[in-house]
Amino acid sequence: MIRSLRAALIVFALLVVATGIVYPLLVTGLAQVLFPHQANGSLIRENGKVVGSRLIGQYFDQPQYFWGRPSATDPVPYDAENSGASNLGPTNPELVRHVQERVARLRAADPADGDRPVPVDLVTSSMSGLDPDISIAAARYQLARVAQAGHLPEAQVAALIQRYTRPAVLGFIGEPRVNVLELNLALHRLYQQQGKAK
Amino acid sequence: MNDALLLTFTMLVVTIVLAWPLGAYMQRIFSDQSCLAKRLLGPVEHAIYAAAGVDAKADMSWRQYALLWILFNLVGAVFLYLLLYFQNYLPLNPMHFGSPGVQISFNTAASFVSNTNWQDYGGESTMSYVSQMLGMAVQNFLSAASGIVLALAMIRGFTRAEKSGIGNLWVDLVRTTLYVLLPLSVILALFFVEQGAIQNFAAYVHVDLIQPFLHKGQMVTQQVIAMGPVASQEAIKLLGTNGGGFFNANSGHPFENPTGLTNFFQMVAIFLIPFALVFYFGHRVKNMRLGVGILAVMLLLFTPLAILSQQQDLAGNPVLTTIGVDQKNTSLLAGGGNMEGVEDRIGTAGSALFGAVATGTSTGAANSAYDSFMPLSGMVNLLLMQLGEVTPGGVGTGIASMLAFVLIAVFLAGLMIGRTPEFLGKKIESYEIKMASLAILVMPMLVLIGTAVAVSLPGGRDAVLNPGAHGFSEILYAVTSPSNNNGSAFGGLNANTTFYNLLTGLCVLLNRYLAYLPLLAIAGSLAAKRRIPASPGTLNPATPLFVVFTTVVVLLVGALNFIPALGLGPIAEQLSLPTAVHNTSSIGH
Repeated sequence: MIRSLRAALIVFALLVVATGIVYPLLVTGLAQVLFPHQANGSLIRENGKVVGSRLIGQYFDQPQYFWGRPSATDPVPYDAENSGASNLGPTNPELVRHVQERVARLRAADPADGDRPVPVDLVTSSMSGLDPDISIAAARYQLARVAQAGHLPEAQVAALIQRYTRPAVLGFIGEPRVNVLELNLALHRLYQQQGKAK
Repeated sequence: MNDALLLTFTMLVVTIVLAWPLGAYMQRIFSDQSCLAKRLLGPVEHAIYAAAGVDAKADMSWRQYALLWILFNLVGAVFLYLLLYFQNYLPLNPMHFGSPGVQISFNTAASFVSNTNWQDYGGESTMSYVSQMLGMAVQNFLSAASGIVLALAMIRGFTRAEKSGIGNLWVDLVRTTLYVLLPLSVILALFFVEQGAIQNFAAYVHVDLIQPFLHKGQMVTQQVIAMGPVASQEAIKLLGTNGGGFFNANSGHPFENPTGLTNFFQMVAIFLIPFALVFYFGHRVKNMRLGVGILAVMLLLFTPLAILSQQQDLAGNPVLTTIGVDQKNTSLLAGGGNMEGVEDRIGTAGSALFGAVATGTSTGAANSAYDSFMPLSGMVNLLLMQLGEVTPGGVGTGIASMLAFVLIAVFLAGLMIGRTPEFLGKKIESYEIKMASLAILVMPMLVLIGTAVAVSLPGGRDAVLNPGAHGFSEILYAVTSPSNNNGSAFGGLNANTTFYNLLTGLCVLLNRYLAYLPLLAIAGSLAAKRRIPASPGTLNPATPLFVVFTTVVVLLVGALNFIPALGLGPIAEQLSLPTAVHNTSSIGH
């Protein structure tokens, strides 16, 4: 029994060293050499300051920016220290109430005539609460509002959407999407130039 | 829908293409044949035996094997408990997280040692890097290896004759870890990093927001982004059918699952070793037709359920359609469907399929909020667990449990045609059938009794988030998942309460350590038996007829046990959908 316990303890300890120390350090070393940008969070820097990660969404509520997915993180939306979903079930009245409010907000800000159907990803919260993307339909829905509020020609904004669109791999692995942060960052630069021009 | 079918079949084909050579590789690894991996890592393997005073040639009886298996797991559990409990005194804790306390430490230790990975905590807000790397990730390897050795031992029961032993636990554990799990994990982790998963030990990053915003009267100007050694843990989380996320959002978090392509290979990684072990079984019993037959049983159960789940979620939520929401699935503009709790890069089809893959394999991973699935999609998750984790089930445990079902099927078929039941030259007698029945019945008892207790006590009911039938589904899920060592959750239920920490911790331990010991007993009994030559009267299990028969046996056991409970939860909620649609549209006008 004592021999068995000793064997169990030593085999365990050595496997801990192999899988818990050597393995993660090896992967970290290789990752930092081969793919340092990704390994450190795909961070975006502007003038030396970190303004976000390409993979982590930020909250936008001003009309001249594209709005991302609603976020259920607590205590603030897009809290990247506490990812999570709403977990509301499909027949939960609270889900219906949330979606109604979001539909109303989007329509109130929308300069288009009549109530267009709103793309579903703009009114439902994501799994992580940090979803960096919206669908192409969701970007196009907001095109008129962003162009009007940002004093930009619609064609220019549409071209930006196109630029930050990524297709699904082979057309069926994943979904086509637009990166909201990159898109808004491009708009942000344009707005800064506009400001300087005035 | 066609894209969803294409996704499903491509994922299965890619997995099979990769699992086939892996099965052949395992055949080399676990025999005396030499191969490159053994030449490279052989010295490490032998050094471990020498340091531990282990005789690698010694053969163990099933009792000895089982006792040491429990002892090894116990050592792991104690280590993990202490590591978590005292994490505040340990290094690599840049956010200065305190001790998670007795309950979380116990629940997590039980859960991770048993390959369950039920999580009552959010990783990035609770656990230090040392806890993740030296605690969770280590058990991701060792609990997976502990599962795989069950399959190795069980298969030896069929390949050996008139032997008293079923193998050497230490050799099985060390070889599985060094030659199978570690190399595969390194490759997969680096692929994840290339795609965007993070791998560092940095403190959380502070970001100045492009557009600061007002939230509840407070100006929010910064975002703090959690960091950590994620990719290394992610790889073994999937390959070992573990599922415990580094982050609270698990595989829905962009740093864990950054692209549609990683999502695809996460599913492949989950299925890879369970499939490979089926091929390994075929090699070992020198009957690949039978191996393929067993894989066919698994896929006959899995595929229709996975397609049902995707179809339900892709069709969208009819309640939302009535309030002006466009849920169309168009391959060029939007994934559409029931997007609540789903990430845009992954989409509803990739999420529902992932849910089926995870619940079909005892993997607790989630790339979407299962609680927000359409009722029948959520039911598919429940049912795939309730079938006993055999479609294809967790690493090792899946094929081992499936072989128990096969023995029951052989026995039933033998009774029907009036022949002595035998399988692979071994007579199947009352001892084997008793043990197989025991292994199969532990789980339904835990689930049904556990759910009954939980709905009867305020501690069980109060933790529910969603009202009505869906609330019952949350409770049923919270007992089904740990009792099958799955670990996924309907996340709305508040699992971090004394009641659920105790209930789920006990379910995890009782299933893992009661349901799988009878399988080792079967292995011991079969290995000791003589091999009887096949006669014209022998039932040939490698036929389509027997494949269908076994499928029906698995389905009947699962269905008979759980249809009433599913009727009260997801099916009742599905039937209430028209009413919900009616009520919503009448409020809207």
